[in-house]
Amino acid sequence: MSNHSPVTDWVHDFDHTDPRWTENPYPIWDELRAASPVVHTERFLGCYMPTTFDAVKQVAYDTEHFSSRRVVVRDVRPEVIPSPPITSDPPEHKPAKQLLLPSFTPDAMKKLEPRVRAICNELIDGFIDEAGCDVASRYSKHIPVRTIAHMLGIPETDSDRFIKWIHEILELGIKDQAVMMNAVREMTAYFAGHIEQRKKAPTDDLITTLMNARDKNGKPLQDVHVLGSLRLLLIAGIDTTWSAIGASLWHLAKTPADRERLLAEPELLPTAIEEFLRAYAPVTMAREVTKETDIAGCPMKPGNMVLLSFPAANRDPKVFPDADKVVIDRKQNPHAAFGLGIHRCVGSNLARMEMMVAIEEWLKRIPDFRLDPASKVTWSEGTVRGPRQLPMLLGKAR
Amino acid sequence: MPGKLRIRVDQDKCQGHARCKSLAPELFELDSFGNAHEVGDGTVPPGLEDKAWLAQTNCPEMAIKVSEE
Repeated sequence: MSNHSPVTDWVHDFDHTDPRWTENPYPIWDELRAASPVVHTERFLGCYMPTTFDAVKQVAYDTEHFSSRRVVVRDVRPEVIPSPPITSDPPEHKPAKQLLLPSFTPDAMKKLEPRVRAICNELIDGFIDEAGCDVASRYSKHIPVRTIAHMLGIPETDSDRFIKWIHEILELGIKDQAVMMNAVREMTAYFAGHIEQRKKAPTDDLITTLMNARDKNGKPLQDVHVLGSLRLLLIAGIDTTWSAIGASLWHLAKTPADRERLLAEPELLPTAIEEFLRAYAPVTMAREVTKETDIAGCPMKPGNMVLLSFPAANRDPKVFPDADKVVIDRKQNPHAAFGLGIHRCVGSNLARMEMMVAIEEWLKRIPDFRLDPASKVTWSEGTVRGPRQLPMLLGKAR
Repeated sequence: MPGKLRIRVDQDKCQGHARCKSLAPELFELDSFGNAHEVGDGTVPPGLEDKAWLAQTNCPEMAIKVSEE
């Protein structure tokens, strides 16, 4: 495991795992954007970062020069672990994605909504009588993990195990390959067990849907494809939405005017949620340069990774006036929180539904809440950014 | 008086963000993969013009064309 030296020159030596980036990345992104539409660091064995909305979009659209085979920027380049479709390039990408899309349409999400509403209320029941609680560990964390477990047909009670794997793959695994590979092996063995069970007794869930899927030649998918997609759904479905729900509640806890407005005008919630997604987009992706090209006049050389920061794109003032202000009734908001181009997040409708229900139920039952001044908010490092400790006081100020 | 509006979703650009469906459900429908299409021939009924423009300006892929006839 390697420790990174502190950054002294962000423009030529950026590091998205630096504690200052984790704590407050926005001024750093402004500095990078002012310097160049694409910046480079020698860290991570060489990595670029497009800093404007336009440059991020160009990279996301260009599957000829940029591959998705590695979607996390790490210290090393571990062997490629296929998790289709997120790690797939054309032409394999489209058929792999189309297997999943019908399970994640807005209509499919409507059917799931009552279960999510029940989960939120069970969680709130657990702490509503307390004067305060850590909203990240008692609320926002559990909603996506229990929902995706429900969809996959695996026990919601295994949640702690899923959260451990995700922490090991997406956070610790940036700097420690052994930890990451071990988590991948454990997940694979876990899902292999569930597949075996379903071979004897099929169930009505996403694992069975994938097991029954056929490729374009009418053949069942190989186990390695099914296992890869299952790992993806579990990894991508959890700390992303955990972060988005947490960041939204964090904003409302520290911004009484917005909270009161949403209580008075609940019909504004969908627009507000799009603005939270823009301003606090949790997910940064990666690409690998496979053929030399240039983006916005900046040469990009093969072998380098690209830190594809949709969150930084969403703060580009050329596309979003007052980009650093959270405007909960922002009318024009074509944000990129779920990515751009063919890799648009397959779970975007799920994430939106979970955010909507989580904030709605919270506001109904806990209209008064604020950050606990005696305790500290902490944020996750690296690929997915959101509050991991979010201490709040509940009820009217006393 | 301005002419009628007509909308069209470019199928090569649409990636299924579904922002249009959420902002203007009267004007857009989604297929089984969640990708958007204009309802009918894309003619915008009177009174829904603002929703057509709203859908267009919120599409992250710029996949919606609005034309005046």
